Amino acid sequence: MTDIRTFPGARPPDRCHRVDADGVGIAVNEWGSATDPVLMLVHGGADFSRTFDVFAPLLAEAGWRVVAWDHRGHGDSDHTHLYSFDADLRDAVQVFEAVAGHDPVAVLGHSKGGAIMTTLADAQPFRFRAFVNLDGIPYRRPGPDLADHQRTEALGTEVASWLTHRRRTAEGIRKPGTIEELARRRGTMNPRLSTEWLEYLVSVGARHDDDGWRWKLDPSMRMGGFGPWRPEWALFRMAGLAVPFLGVLVGAEEPMGWGTLPRHVERWMPRHGRLEFFEDLGHFIHIEQPQMVADMVLEFLGDPA
Amino acid sequence: MNVTTLRHNRVELALHEIRGGAGRPLLLLHGLGEASPNRVPSRAAAWPGPVYGLDFTGHGASTIPVGGGYTAEILLGDVDAAVTHLGEVTIYGRGLGGYVALLAAGALPDRVLGAVIADGPGLTGGPTEPISPAVVRLAADRRPPDPYALLELGRDLRPVDYALDIVRLAVGGSELEEPIDVAAVFRPPWLDAVAAAPGVAGLDVPEALALYAG
Repeated sequence: MTDIRTFPGARPPDRCHRVDADGVGIAVNEWGSATDPVLMLVHGGADFSRTFDVFAPLLAEAGWRVVAWDHRGHGDSDHTHLYSFDADLRDAVQVFEAVAGHDPVAVLGHSKGGAIMTTLADAQPFRFRAFVNLDGIPYRRPGPDLADHQRTEALGTEVASWLTHRRRTAEGIRKPGTIEELARRRGTMNPRLSTEWLEYLVSVGARHDDDGWRWKLDPSMRMGGFGPWRPEWALFRMAGLAVPFLGVLVGAEEPMGWGTLPRHVERWMPRHGRLEFFEDLGHFIHIEQPQMVADMVLEFLGDPA
Repeated sequence: MNVTTLRHNRVELALHEIRGGAGRPLLLLHGLGEASPNRVPSRAAAWPGPVYGLDFTGHGASTIPVGGGYTAEILLGDVDAAVTHLGEVTIYGRGLGGYVALLAAGALPDRVLGAVIADGPGLTGGPTEPISPAVVRLAADRRPPDPYALLELGRDLRPVDYALDIVRLAVGGSELEEPIDVAAVFRPPWLDAVAAAPGVAGLDVPEALALYAG
């Protein structure tokens, strides 16, 4: 079986470079002319910037310099000692600085990338020209609403499982496999995406070692986790945003989504913000319907110049 | 003083044997920006067993991470590495170390037999509600304590309901009636709530350690 995979419309980045974020090397990918106005694309948890290989070129063709980076521990960025939401924010600022200085840029964040960018738009609004939040609006903790004692029990289970993970992670190494096996594993988290796409992602986003392919995501990272931070706190910041805002929500439930519906967030919408809802599409809406989402984003952003 | 190097993911942690002996160890957790002391603190002098001090990630003789990213929960992982090495312990934590002692009492209730929370740097933590984060880059400094530790652990969020969940885990899982002791005089909102919760003692440090020594 050949290692080369293609996917209709997928195009590798036009430029790749690295930004030094306090010693952590951050891999940056760009599509489109380097002199066009900047549009940042921010990926979600466990993703990487090459997941924009179809979506980004559509935006670049419309006159945007599309810039996406791999978060620390993801894709081609360095694995490091510690990971946190605040560290991701700081790394993001290093990329904004390297690419655009203090100039305001257009930003699109997907999933956790949307939550991170909502926080950054609140903390440093001068960096934003317009903001698209693509299904990155959490409104509550994952899981069902629980009574106090059940919540404590759930926390205990989560803490124990997190510590078990931490005890093993010093020697952690990702399981190797064929392209097909890695695609199948990822498919459990991305059930709505085609096998052809997932196999393409392996070929551009995984590492080919002697004993097989491995996802590059730092094995010490783990979905979920516990702590005082609550996903819905990003939501509270949304209400005060003054930058032109487009929020996009979806109706199809799947493992990586937050299940946020318009009625959960309407009261937190920024003044003059726009909310679009696609009942039959899933969390990776820009991969399911790249052209439709690109057209909507381009129409919202207006003329790049 | 004997120093054992423990591993927590990519971080090497220094565990200092401050005083040898037999029996259940007392584990000292320092405050924010501090390191383990060279001598047994006077208030812990009567502890009957050995006394150890753990340097948290980014402090003392432990690894300084590249590019920050601290949370109190990561320091809980540091304590877990020490407890895995030492077995059952009683913890005496100052400031930030007191907050981490609380987390450890909740996370490891069968192995942390008593956690004393005392005044010290980093006791307060940050706000209890979301605020605009300070997204700032600090000048590189490879000397301990890591400036990112001071920045991030000095303002980490400590909501009251989270602290109370941890207390419930500790009390529910411990063989002790009062597995947590609040000896601190200064009590930020999270600690005020902890002090008032069932299963939490309010003894001074020597009294609490005498209780936990059994």
